[in-house]
Amino acid sequence: MRSLRAAAAFAAATALTATACGGGTATGGGSNDSPKTLTYWASNQGPNIEADKKILTPELKKFEKQTGIKVKLEVIPWSQLLNRILAAATSGQGPDVLNIGNTWSSSLQAGGALLPWDAKRFGEIGGKDRFVPAALGSTGAQGKDPAAVPLYSLAYALYYNKKMFKDAGVEKPPATWEELVADGKKLSKGGKWALGAEGSNLVNNIHQAFVLGKQHGSDFFDDAGKPTFTSDGAVAAVKQYVDFMAKDKIIAPGNAEYAQNQSLQDFAKGKTAMVLWQAAATTFEAHGMKPADWGVAPVPVPSGTPGADKQVNSMVAGINLAVFKNTDNRDGAVKFVKFMTSDAEQTVLNKAYGSIPPIKAAQKDAAFARPETSVLRDTLSKSAAPLPQVPNESQFETTVGTAIKELFADAAEGRPVTTASVKSALTKAQQQMPKS
Amino acid sequence: MTALPLAHDEAAPGAAAHDKADTAAARKEATGSPPRDRRPRGRIRRIALPYLLLLPALLLELLVHLIPMAVGIFMSFKELTQFYIRDWGAAPWAGLDNYSLAVDFDAPVGEALLHSFFVTCAFTVVSVGLCWLIGTAAALFLQDHFRGRGLLRALFLTPYALPVYAAVITWAFMFQRDNGLVNHVLHDQLGITDGRPFWLIGDNSFFALATVSVWKHWPFVFLIVTAGLQNIPKELYEAAAIDGAGMWQQIRRITLPSLRPVNQVLVLVLFLWTFNDFNTPYLLFGNAAPESADLISIHIYQSSFVTWNFGTGSAMSVLLLLFLLVVTAVYLLLTSRGRKATDG
Repeated sequence: MRSLRAAAAFAAATALTATACGGGTATGGGSNDSPKTLTYWASNQGPNIEADKKILTPELKKFEKQTGIKVKLEVIPWSQLLNRILAAATSGQGPDVLNIGNTWSSSLQAGGALLPWDAKRFGEIGGKDRFVPAALGSTGAQGKDPAAVPLYSLAYALYYNKKMFKDAGVEKPPATWEELVADGKKLSKGGKWALGAEGSNLVNNIHQAFVLGKQHGSDFFDDAGKPTFTSDGAVAAVKQYVDFMAKDKIIAPGNAEYAQNQSLQDFAKGKTAMVLWQAAATTFEAHGMKPADWGVAPVPVPSGTPGADKQVNSMVAGINLAVFKNTDNRDGAVKFVKFMTSDAEQTVLNKAYGSIPPIKAAQKDAAFARPETSVLRDTLSKSAAPLPQVPNESQFETTVGTAIKELFADAAEGRPVTTASVKSALTKAQQQMPKS
Repeated sequence: MTALPLAHDEAAPGAAAHDKADTAAARKEATGSPPRDRRPRGRIRRIALPYLLLLPALLLELLVHLIPMAVGIFMSFKELTQFYIRDWGAAPWAGLDNYSLAVDFDAPVGEALLHSFFVTCAFTVVSVGLCWLIGTAAALFLQDHFRGRGLLRALFLTPYALPVYAAVITWAFMFQRDNGLVNHVLHDQLGITDGRPFWLIGDNSFFALATVSVWKHWPFVFLIVTAGLQNIPKELYEAAAIDGAGMWQQIRRITLPSLRPVNQVLVLVLFLWTFNDFNTPYLLFGNAAPESADLISIHIYQSSFVTWNFGTGSAMSVLLLLFLLVVTAVYLLLTSRGRKATDG
């Protein structure tokens, strides 16, 4: 009988483990059960994960010195971050504080895994007014308490190779798309190409198509949050982007399969003369370029100068900081958010990453007035628009991003890209969107 | 090499049946000889013991396989989207909605699933067929002793020993259009293709996928068939040779029929692995596979994880499970009937 009892005990233990795995902490809005430690998931902002650890660790030590709270850091690559967050949300077992891509704010907000930031909680970190409005526009659906607070802000700019411009007789960076195509034809010669693209990178495809959509007066979603992928503006925007390869032939066909920043390598090797990118400086330097080799200009617009509405020339890119609802150190987590968004830390961190602080006071630092960062800063404050803040944003990235990838594949293999073929690809994408 | 005495030690499926018979005989002897235990407690203990010994395995099986499967089936009846991720017990019941969405082949979601299913079928036939052909041929060639046979055998098994991730990522680099080794050889050195073809996007991606899959799996066939060949008595070949059978006839009349039980299991396992393969397409193509290489596993991944619709994803998984169950059952039924016929 002893063996039976042992087996029963084993069974009970197994059952317990099973429930422990699936259960998670049941508390609703977090607790303060372990006030002395925090777990922090940071996104990969530097050239690699080690670089991030090097930048963040001294700052976390400062926080520990001030508050006595020890922060356990884990830097998570972008390819895994969203899946890790989803797993954490489902199981209830996750970090206390985490970085999210700001375009995921509404999607994650809908799942209810993140602590909402109402006026009172914003008060604990110094108030909403400290933040740049454009950055706050990417923290969740309108009319709801933000799901996160802005941490690093970024915007797109046009990076160009000064020597290649000079050799081709192009005097200044293009300010309109027409100029870009005209200059591009001069630059695309002898195995060199004018513009780089990441045709198989769904997210990057979306960023470019979204901005062109804005310029064509289309948002990809209507006010009720319903997809409008097949509107004339959306079709024209996607066609214009793919046509840089298909019709204008200023993007190398090989770029259709790029998805791992190969276009930045091509730029650094002098194979392409321009890329549209956010904070690319550290990567260029890592590939052996010197800061004097490249110039930075605002992304072109249809005509005139960058501004609001149809003159938008970037999405509001950036990283938000969120508190996980199941945290067992809620007060400590809010303190940590306050620390990370303080003027001093914002200056240190954004300087290290080449991004722009979403805190007004921190933007005044001289470091953010250098030519590159001032282009990003001006774009962000004057001519950047947030991606649609709807719960289905991530599905939009997948379906439309895939459609553009397939259209690039058509262009690269010499199949025609027409208004009809673009429209049919976008129709298919829209049909795959969830009904709700 | 003396094949016969060794036959029992080899881990070939044929040997299992013998073992079973032996143990049954041994048990009969064992129960017969000692004095009978009349006490009921002892009998209970004796009856309970095998089950107790099985219990840990059963529990783990439950934990690792059956419970997640049941949860998956449960999820397929829920409208489990991003809105219910944190508390997915609260997700509303969807009834059969997820299923009707998946099998409505006139609508885009169902159409895409059906397309993905056909691509997977074609891919599986090509991959399993080539794997079997190459693996069996290699095993036959290496059956006879010659210098360097061990070295060749080790070399052939290398793809099987490499970590999948490292191997497939290397292939992804080789398939790159502008800097990849494949185009360098095909276009620059041999001049077979006119331009530099794409391998990771467009229609060619099917061939890229099949190449990597065959490269990865044929050593397994080689390994199993090599093991199976050790069980064929040499005398059969000697007798056949005396009767004037050539090499081709020996292969057709002796080798292949003797390998039948091995092949039955082998093809089934390969079919299941290939049909379900996720790593290869995911590492080659990332989140969104090109249409011509949109295998069902990655299609389901995209339908659930990338678009955050776990209910529909689960429904598709359940359908896939049912399909594989039916195929496996029919296959086992047919092959066992065939075996009985030959045995009888």
